[in-house]
Amino acid sequence: MAVTLDPKVPPGPIDEKWENHKFSVRLVNPNNKRRFDIIVVGTGLAGASAAATLGGLGYNVKAFTFHDSPRRAHSISAQGGINAAKNYHGDGDSVHRLFYDTVKGGDYRSREANVYRLAEVANNIIDQCTAQGVPFAREYGGLLDNRSFGGAQVSRTFYARGQTGQQLLLGAYQALAEQIGKGTCTLYNRTELVDIVNVDGRAAGIVVRDLLTGEIRSHSAHAVVLATGGYSNVFFLSTNAMACNVTAIWRAHRRGALFANPAYTQIHPTCIPSSDEFQSKLTLMSESLRNDGRIWVPERAGDDRSPDQIPESERDYFLERKYPAFGNLVPRDVASRNAKAMIDAGKGVGPLHNGVYLDFTSSIERLGEQTVRERYGNLFDMYARITGEDPYRVPMRIYPAPHYTMGGLWVDYNLETTVPGLYAIGEANFSDHGANRLGASALMQGLADGYFVLPYTIGDGLAPLLGTKPVDTGHEAFARAEQEARDRYAGYLAIGGTRSVDWFHRELGKIMWDHCGMERSRPGLEKAISEIPALYAEFKADLKVLGDDRSLNQSLERAGRVDDFFQLGLLMCEDALQREESCGGHFRVEHQTEEGEAQRDDDEFAFVGAWEHTGEMRSAVLHKEPLVFENVKLTQRSYK
Amino acid sequence: MTVTDPDPREATAARTDPGRTLDVTLKVWRQAGPDAEGHFATYEAPGISEDMSFLEMLDVVNERLADEGVEPISFDHDCREGICGTCSLMINGQAHGPERGTATCQLHMRTFSDGDTIVIEPFRATAFPIIKDLMVDRAAFDRIVEAGGYITVAAGSAPDANLIPVPKVVADAAMDAAACIACGACVAACPNSAANLFTAAKAAHLNLLPQGQSQRYQRTETMVDTMEDFFGSCTNHGECEAACPKEISIDFIATMNKDYLRAKLKNRRYLSRNG
Ligand SMILES: Cc1cc2nc3c(=O)[nH]c(=O)nc-3n(C[C@H](O)[C@H](O)[C@H](O)COP(=O)(O)OP(=O)(O)OC[C@H]3O[C@@H](n4cnc5c(N)ncnc54)[C@H](O)[C@@H]3O)c2cc1C
Ligand code: SF4
Ligand code: FES
Repeated sequence: MAVTLDPKVPPGPIDEKWENHKFSVRLVNPNNKRRFDIIVVGTGLAGASAAATLGGLGYNVKAFTFHDSPRRAHSISAQGGINAAKNYHGDGDSVHRLFYDTVKGGDYRSREANVYRLAEVANNIIDQCTAQGVPFAREYGGLLDNRSFGGAQVSRTFYARGQTGQQLLLGAYQALAEQIGKGTCTLYNRTELVDIVNVDGRAAGIVVRDLLTGEIRSHSAHAVVLATGGYSNVFFLSTNAMACNVTAIWRAHRRGALFANPAYTQIHPTCIPSSDEFQSKLTLMSESLRNDGRIWVPERAGDDRSPDQIPESERDYFLERKYPAFGNLVPRDVASRNAKAMIDAGKGVGPLHNGVYLDFTSSIERLGEQTVRERYGNLFDMYARITGEDPYRVPMRIYPAPHYTMGGLWVDYNLETTVPGLYAIGEANFSDHGANRLGASALMQGLADGYFVLPYTIGDGLAPLLGTKPVDTGHEAFARAEQEARDRYAGYLAIGGTRSVDWFHRELGKIMWDHCGMERSRPGLEKAISEIPALYAEFKADLKVLGDDRSLNQSLERAGRVDDFFQLGLLMCEDALQREESCGGHFRVEHQTEEGEAQRDDDEFAFVGAWEHTGEMRSAVLHKEPLVFENVKLTQRSYK
Repeated sequence: MTVTDPDPREATAARTDPGRTLDVTLKVWRQAGPDAEGHFATYEAPGISEDMSFLEMLDVVNERLADEGVEPISFDHDCREGICGTCSLMINGQAHGPERGTATCQLHMRTFSDGDTIVIEPFRATAFPIIKDLMVDRAAFDRIVEAGGYITVAAGSAPDANLIPVPKVVADAAMDAAACIACGACVAACPNSAANLFTAAKAAHLNLLPQGQSQRYQRTETMVDTMEDFFGSCTNHGECEAACPKEISIDFIATMNKDYLRAKLKNRRYLSRNG
């Protein structure tokens, strides 16, 4: 497939592009919408909002999820909030400021036009969700409350207690449920996409596996939308839900969709450290804890005294020391890297020496326990439940964990991938966050894509297809892909080796975390690039999966997902190696300022790195989309 | 005489050593498929760290079973932090186990003692057919929501969010109800397998808000009717509230019942006027 990387950014001033574009795209007449079939894979925030909206417009929508219900998607666990530039508090917020902050926060590695549109439609999201009954926090006067989040200088974050993701997802799920009830959308639950089928250079449909019966089947449509979330679980341990995986977008990548910036991953500083090697996932605690907690380690490496036995003079409040202006509130990546440096220096605390303290003693003395309880009570309870320690008495222990993946399928301004007819929305695409995502902006992006962007842009691609039927699933391209999928799953069972899927996943995760995690270096990445294929060969030779492929088999499901994680892991390392600069969440030790900050190279690396698949475990080909900044000035971050 | 208070720090001293380990015996429900016959299987689980979550303990048992060539136990889970509602399990006869306000995935092994026998079964209810081992199908909940658990708003048609103020107490009460995670523990705990707590929580979330008023009575009626197609009747045992990991209040059921009666009345009046 010949690759063209045309971002299709509309002409005109940045604040008129979206309006102009909406006016110039081809429309599908309301009566004709029912003559189009659209497949939406994934029913998290992005997918459920898209499916509901498309169904509401009159399209025939088939929605797929491997969960039992759309309400289980990983989006449900987002805690903090969702941004919008409503300026309800008159503190000087505006669409332009939200745009500016998001581009800057992304360390100047995102596409200006997409980010501007995101900032523009964010206000509509708040209106939409409020009308749907999302119980956002209110002030005593009955109007919506906001808080400041993730270091933003304005209060623009809307929230619903510590359960914002849950409430937004319920809103989208309910909208989708309404369409399902009305018959415009059909839901295929516990059904996993295992391949994408293209016919004549266009996405024609998908191959799915029924998780209850193991049956492989095909579905075709005029367009396919992937809303399948992020891939942080390539690290094995992350804050993502257990089932999050890369299979859908990886299979699309193998079928010709370019994968952009795979190495851009975000590590979150405030997670509970793992307690043993059987730890299955890491729990995130809201970043807001850093507003009142002080981060420290013992000054002397290997100091095993209990924290209350370590006098003030022998503690190192390393963030306050190194960054007097921002202190404990430095951005996520800076806080994470500094914690890692302390642990690498042997100063880690806790039974496994794998954490740093987050201490509330002085806040409790200053504000009183009651105030601290009001602010953080549920987080403290959660911490106590997991660790068995009382954070009102003993400092919390925290450690960074993989949390979000900025990379994903390359999409143009219409959210269409390099495969015509195949779209990607939500965390599954690469579009809006550059090299680093700001807090409370993933929910915003998922819902912007699903409610307000895709429903317009998809019409432009569909309009010329009026009167055509979707490709018949009897087409030989479907038959071939189905057979490949059957062989793939039967293949895992046939290996009959000695090691479990989880064992391989854990080993892969260690390689990724050590060499492609918080800090990357050329020697480390080269090591990973040699180790991954070797471990993958072992996976293919020594995997052990029990049971069969004709009924529910959770180990078999995981085998398919881990297989794809191996292939993705290699690409992530290649991308990280290629990018000889540090930017946002991508930190190359070779490229740092004297202060230890990420050092960008705007002359050489102001581009999106989009990879073309050339074969399994083979070097992919890099294509570059140059990034041009006309509306923001590129600056170097400094938090001193 | 001086009384010395125990130093609170002593009881909760900061951890610098790994915790204890437990040896437990599991009696686990195994069932190969929806129509297969089920049975209890007994597995020894020695050397379990008290810091493990209950589901991590099951992960370990599963790895050990696989090493012995026994197919791992199937169980539902995903977020492992008490919010997605995917996990379930009757643990020693209690939905989500012994801790109040806690989902199975948030339960930790330190709750148990060395030598304990732990009985693990699926949630049992006619409306929740068993899929395999400990997994059940809770799709009937989705049918209830599809019947009316939403507020109709086409994307892009909503007015400015601050146009309708909502008193804080009302928003907070709606949020209390909306916290339901649709886990089904209320159904599993109920002697009648009724889903009134789940349905009432969803109805209350929407019915309390000004935005939800236009569809209030229609919503309540269709949701309750659909609920009755699948689930048993509520006879006010209150087991649901005790089992609920989100501590959803049983008071919502009373409100739903009132709304349902009024719905019947209202809809009939509306029909007689228009029919
Ligand atoms: C702990 C935590 C807290 C967070 N807090 C915040 C926050 O406060 N604010 C913020 O803005 N962001 C937050 N985020 C990020 C945000 O939650 C996610 O980026 C966002 O919810 C992703 O939504 P999505 O719709 O793209 O994907 P998801 O919600 O992950 O949905 C993916 C969907 O795809 C389906 N799927 C995937 N693969 C397949 C397949 N092969 N076949 C069929 N179906 C498939 C799944 O079933 C699911 O329905 C947080 C993330 C985490 C981990
Ligand atoms: S009401 Fe409680 S027990 Fe019932 S489904 Fe909701 S969260 Fe679960
Ligand atoms: S696994 Fe999500 S609530 Fe338990």
